[in-house]
Amino acid sequence: MKKLTTFLTGTAAAIAMTAGAAQAERGSDGHLNILYWQAVSILNPFLSGGTKDVEGSSLVIEPLAKFNEKGEMVPALVDEIPTVENGGVAEDLKSITWVISEGLMWSDGTPVTAEDVKFTAEYCMAEDGGCQQVANFTDVESVEAVDERTVKVNFSIPKPYPYGPFVGAQSPIIQKAQFADCVGARAPECTEANFGPIGTGPFVVTRFAANDVIELEANPNYRDAAKPAFATVTLKGGGDAASAARAVMETGEFDYAWNLQVEPEILAQMEAAGRGELISSFGTSVERINLNMTDPSPDKGDDRSTVEAGPHPFLSDPAVRRALSIALDRELIVEAGYGETGRPTCNILPAPEAYASKNVDWCLTQDIEEANRLLDEAGWMPGGDGIREKDGVRLSILYSTSTNSVRQATQALVKDMWQQIGVESELRNVDAAVFFGGDPASPDTFQKFYADVLMYTNNFDGTDPEKYMAEWLCDDAPKPQNGWLGANIPRFCSEEYDALVKKMGETAPLEERQALAIQMNDILTNEGAHLPLVHRGDVSAKSTTLNGVLMNSWDSELWNAADWTRAE
Amino acid sequence: MTDQVSMAPEKVIPPAPGSPVAAEPRKQRTLTADVWRQFRQHKGGVIGAIVFLTIIFLVVFGPSIHGIDPSALNVRERNAGISFAHPMGTDNLGRDTFAQILAGGRTSLSVGVTAMMLSLLLGTTIGVMAGYFKKLEGPLMRLTDLFLALPLLPLLLVIIMLFRDTLRRSFGPETGIFMLIVFVIGITSWMQTARIVRGAVLSVKEQEFVLAAKSIGTRERRVITRHILPNVLSPIMVSATLGIATAIITESALSFLGLGFPSDYPTWGRLLFDGVNFMQINPSRVIWPGLAISLTVLSVNYIGDGIRDALDPRIRGR
Repeated sequence: MKKLTTFLTGTAAAIAMTAGAAQAERGSDGHLNILYWQAVSILNPFLSGGTKDVEGSSLVIEPLAKFNEKGEMVPALVDEIPTVENGGVAEDLKSITWVISEGLMWSDGTPVTAEDVKFTAEYCMAEDGGCQQVANFTDVESVEAVDERTVKVNFSIPKPYPYGPFVGAQSPIIQKAQFADCVGARAPECTEANFGPIGTGPFVVTRFAANDVIELEANPNYRDAAKPAFATVTLKGGGDAASAARAVMETGEFDYAWNLQVEPEILAQMEAAGRGELISSFGTSVERINLNMTDPSPDKGDDRSTVEAGPHPFLSDPAVRRALSIALDRELIVEAGYGETGRPTCNILPAPEAYASKNVDWCLTQDIEEANRLLDEAGWMPGGDGIREKDGVRLSILYSTSTNSVRQATQALVKDMWQQIGVESELRNVDAAVFFGGDPASPDTFQKFYADVLMYTNNFDGTDPEKYMAEWLCDDAPKPQNGWLGANIPRFCSEEYDALVKKMGETAPLEERQALAIQMNDILTNEGAHLPLVHRGDVSAKSTTLNGVLMNSWDSELWNAADWTRAE
Repeated sequence: MTDQVSMAPEKVIPPAPGSPVAAEPRKQRTLTADVWRQFRQHKGGVIGAIVFLTIIFLVVFGPSIHGIDPSALNVRERNAGISFAHPMGTDNLGRDTFAQILAGGRTSLSVGVTAMMLSLLLGTTIGVMAGYFKKLEGPLMRLTDLFLALPLLPLLLVIIMLFRDTLRRSFGPETGIFMLIVFVIGITSWMQTARIVRGAVLSVKEQEFVLAAKSIGTRERRVITRHILPNVLSPIMVSATLGIATAIITESALSFLGLGFPSDYPTWGRLLFDGVNFMQINPSRVIWPGLAISLTVLSVNYIGDGIRDALDPRIRGR
């Protein structure tokens, strides 16, 4: 095996050299070191929902179109984005037709055809395939290969936003020849293909060690003969966010490090070392506190935190929810934990710009007096120890989140602010692997929500919020019947809201969709399904010698790795 | 000569008044006095005791002298250096480090001492039983092996998952977690003590004074408490001191995993863990809790060393 790898590497190097001689640029900038502290475990994003895996694979396999740093769709494997105007999208919105660029090749030198695209859809939509990205193929009826280069996606209903399949790093095209035997239940067994997919991206895998390191080299058949500038890439995993930041900005061992949720003063101090710089961009990530609308009391047994357990003893009171929100000084939370990389927000949908509501700013300024007044009015009176109570129910909150120093600092601040309005909180933090692990047997996952309030960040991919806003449907609450897999974590339920979600699925004009999204966002904030805290930027670090990085919150951060170069 | 230790008279018979000896009575030697005299000879032990007592004094009375609330936030004064108001500076949320160290010390030390006592009780009982009663030796030592072989972390996870909510409801979050942590540390650290004690008991129980006691019909309970236990006291004391140190460190490890106390409830281990990232900005955040843990562990170990020497009759004679 080793011999074979050496042989292949040799051949590839020979090809790369020949190519290098013909076109002066490719591979001229040597080696690139990238650090993803959550190590990549598989290079097939269809089999893993993890951001790290999706981003790692984006160096190798690509979708038909990507999102650029502004959230606009840009062609990747096609020449133009199909729209209704250019005839690519049918008038009735029930189909979209993509035309693959001419002469496009896989890294093994075979042509990319419509059959590959069709196969990709079949692969993800196959029964028992466990495809993690199947949501992108919602309502897809069939995918046809019209000719060698033309592929048509048919939807069962009119799709106002037909760019779910084959757009963005989560929906790349895989090669039919390589994955043909890996459809359905056999998908996870094709280790070689999953660890080293043949792609159209700027790099090809030469060595893959799961959860550790990936070695790549320039794709000899990349569509732009002058790119990529780097001949080889190492994508390393391991460590934590702070050490990753240090590796780029202080010691300079790495050129790029991803996802650095570290206190701002620590990052600023590292940046002062001068070897690297922080780059950030704002996507749709919002750090929020979810309020449990159902009763999480252990007395309820298996019904805990489900609709069957009944409404929450005090969070079901709208006055309490509103008071909890205006008691928060979001500016202070941003200052202490996020610095430049966060903005106070009252929106659960803070971006893209056109979808962001400007109507709910009542929670942006802290108003302890008003909060106290609201609680007094609602009959919650301070007891002997200063904690408010009514009919024997104390405003005592169990406040859970994942383990991360920024989150624990935020917890301490919030606890202090709530203390001022006579609300007591008990802090709990759960290891991130457990908290986000989704294990239905663990009582500590965020889906179970065995707490009164829960803090974490969520976002959505791409720029269309339809799927995201549908997360607050009554039916989507996690419960034992659906294996605790629902997305409606706060168990919010409103008929008005459900109707709006349905309406958005049937509305095509962009302006109306934007208005609907804003309306839904306002309902969620005003009703107090959760308390949005911080619109969080994605933070990464790059070496000062690395040029061409365009930080992207809408697609993979490595989306334009082909354009990265080394400064002299 | 060991039997003299246990046979030392419990009461000092007062000399008859008016007798010529009464003016300058020859001091009656007691075990405690002997041990104390010997302990004072051990320089390390004495220094350790002084340091440990100072720490306890500070932790107990410190908060009433340095009256800042350890959980009071003041973001405007964050990452401050040493000043009169904040003798050890502040953390990244403006909490006073000195106040937190004092508050953390209360938790860490009480966890350490209580967990040590629990594990000592378990370890000694099982060790003595296993060493003294031949029938029990097999089952008890296999039980010890079983506990030694148990993977600690999954066990902790299960225990905490099963009992956290129940205890929290009955005793409140802090007391509940305190009991849980003490219990968890106690029942997972008695094995070494049990093994050592068993070994010591095995060697002591074959000695003549024990045989003598048995031959005059002393009950077994009496033999154990009166003759065996005092003679295995030195290994027990040593593992007690080591136990405090281990318990403090285990508690920090639990906090690290998010299984310990709530994050705003300071303990030395948690303060150290939280401070690591800020080491360069504010070194005092790791130096002080680190120093507190090290000094406590070190002083306790020296005290243990001193007590061991003092309790060993062979050394005490010299």
